[in-house]
Amino acid sequence: MKQHLLSAADLDLGDATLILDTAAQIDAALAGREVKKLPTLRGRTVVNLFFEDSTRTRISFELAAKRLSADVINFAAKGSSVSKGESLKDTALTLEAMGADAIVCRHSASGAPHRLAEWVQGSVINAGDGTHEHPTQALLDAYTIRRRLGRLDGVRVTIVGDVLHSRVARSNVLLLDTLGAQITLVAPPTLLPVGIGSWPVEVSYDLDAVLVKADVVMMLRVQQERMNASYFPSAREYSRRYGLDARRMAVLPEDAIVMHPGPMNRGMEIAAEVADSVRSTIVEQVSNGLSVRMAVLYLLLGGDSK
Amino acid sequence: MTSLWLIRGVRPYGEDPVDLLLRDGAIAEVGVGLVDNDAEVLDAGGLIALPGLVDLHTHLREPGREDAETVQTGSRAAALGGFTAVHAMANTDPVADTAGVVEQVWRLGREAGLVDVAPVGAVTVGLAGTQLAELGAMADSPARVRVFSDDGFCVADPALMRRALEYVKAFDGVIAQHAEEPRLTQGAQMHEGVLSARLGLAGWPSVAEEAIIARDVLLAAHVGSRLHVCHVSTRGSVDIVARAKADGVAVTCEVTPHHLLLTDEYVTGYDPLFKVNPPLRTADDVDALRAGLADGTIDAIATDHAPHAMEDKECEWAMARPGMLGLEQALSVAVEAMIETGLLDWRGLADRMSVRPARIGQLDGHGQPLEVGRPANLVLVDPDVRRVVSSADLASRARNTPYAQRELPARVVATFLRGRPTVLDGKAQR
Repeated sequence: MKQHLLSAADLDLGDATLILDTAAQIDAALAGREVKKLPTLRGRTVVNLFFEDSTRTRISFELAAKRLSADVINFAAKGSSVSKGESLKDTALTLEAMGADAIVCRHSASGAPHRLAEWVQGSVINAGDGTHEHPTQALLDAYTIRRRLGRLDGVRVTIVGDVLHSRVARSNVLLLDTLGAQITLVAPPTLLPVGIGSWPVEVSYDLDAVLVKADVVMMLRVQQERMNASYFPSAREYSRRYGLDARRMAVLPEDAIVMHPGPMNRGMEIAAEVADSVRSTIVEQVSNGLSVRMAVLYLLLGGDSK
Repeated sequence: MTSLWLIRGVRPYGEDPVDLLLRDGAIAEVGVGLVDNDAEVLDAGGLIALPGLVDLHTHLREPGREDAETVQTGSRAAALGGFTAVHAMANTDPVADTAGVVEQVWRLGREAGLVDVAPVGAVTVGLAGTQLAELGAMADSPARVRVFSDDGFCVADPALMRRALEYVKAFDGVIAQHAEEPRLTQGAQMHEGVLSARLGLAGWPSVAEEAIIARDVLLAAHVGSRLHVCHVSTRGSVDIVARAKADGVAVTCEVTPHHLLLTDEYVTGYDPLFKVNPPLRTADDVDALRAGLADGTIDAIATDHAPHAMEDKECEWAMARPGMLGLEQALSVAVEAMIETGLLDWRGLADRMSVRPARIGQLDGHGQPLEVGRPANLVLVDPDVRRVVSSADLASRARNTPYAQRELPARVVATFLRGRPTVLDGKAQR
């Protein structure tokens, strides 16, 4: 494994499989235990450096680190020194001086964790950077698929929605391709990036045409700010053409699952009866996120001390 | 410092060695075996002489951002790069949109005394793109402004662009357009293509540049005006300019050294040293720009030297200011991109870096041939050395060079401005 987890492309098949297997072992080790805590990272310091509000991701990382007995510092950069003009570099050097072993970074600017990694000794984990990547989300999605379907190799995954701006989509494409899945992206042409022809995916503008052969349907959140920027005429039209409702869910193969990274726009990209159906893995994804993030922290920080 | 110099054994334009006698600011004699017992002698064996380089596109940052560059430090960087004249862009603070500001910059240039600083006037008040600045007043000032540009911003309003093109005809000015359709580049961070998709950075599509150039050559043709296009960066732009020239439109254009050498691959590490506007493009665009410069479609290499304070580059990509240093390495980059590839000879390079830019900027004393009676503005280049660029050694106050640690060919040994050395043995004389 590399020192940092900045992109899903940092993981080869061996690394990715190791993380998923480790997550499974952690799940097994903690199953049924009253005290859900391992001593692995005692004395290590994990900083959650969040320049963007994301309560669910931050809590997930915080709990993951605490369950590994690490000391956890939450540095919500909004409203702190950063908004008073302190640079990312100064923040990095400050955390470095405090002895952070790992920095979990969420930032609105693509590539910010890459910059951070140049300025600190510890490991940097990308917890979502702008419209670039969110590798632990992809790992938890892969883990969820493997648990539900028993495999990843050859699984047909359809990712639907705002691929252009989605860090979830980018990381999933990279990781799922590494793991042998067949990926289809579905979106209105306005929400697919120029240059997508070089991605290891198939592209379709027609959701109905691809659903019948999807083992996994992953719905992406449509951000509010896209609604009035002419990416599509209206929320209603988007929902009609690219939303997953009960009628569409009915054409899915028997064992197919429905995923969403959250938070959902119910009634927009996903209908309530779909989100709450037995096919939906949305709640599982959250708990799997905890296991996968424990595995990542353990593998990046555990064992040999630097 | 004396103003009588005998330069021995230099090769003008890389051709046969001769001696040059510089007296009273002019080239007094050219020949073999010249003698003048009063002259300082410079043994220039192996060196190539070119007319002093002229930059159509320099950001000197003064007034306003003297922490990044001043007229003095920028002039020194220019002289060290072999330049004898630079055009100082108008996007200072305050903006160079009045006779007072352009005159101040012009005077600072004279005081620095290392290169002729020709201020560029803003096209619109405050670069805001809504109201014409007092172009005539700037033209009539001692700064004698002839090039007008809102560089950094596009004159996007077609009606305003038309009026500007027409208005400057009264004093034979030229509008230098920063071609960037603003609605197509909102939030844009890098060239739109395969890499922007992968890196998750908002794309700056080639068409945003090409659409404006296409519009502007049509406007220039319609009103019979000259148009200059700043920093063309795409194959499509070269094609549009080539076609306009073939149709007889009075259009000229420039390319930066970095667009001749670097591609968007450099963005991969998110290091904002490689953030620039227009953005670094693809290898195919680089090929087209080199070919366009070689065949004369592109008239000039212009540095777009853009100094930035450290904190404006040591940050997140999206927060960083666009721009990179260029003056000190421009000639070396041109040698690598154009001479070493065989696309241009030294005479051709002199044409693109001195003759044509001086003509576009209407700088009478510059871009003249190395002949008796011409102003002694020249640069002596050692073509045979290769050097690794060190950002610590730059004369610029800023450090944002994209060439740090890169080995580049050729070195400026000496620069003469009206017969006086501004650089000797690779060292600035003031």
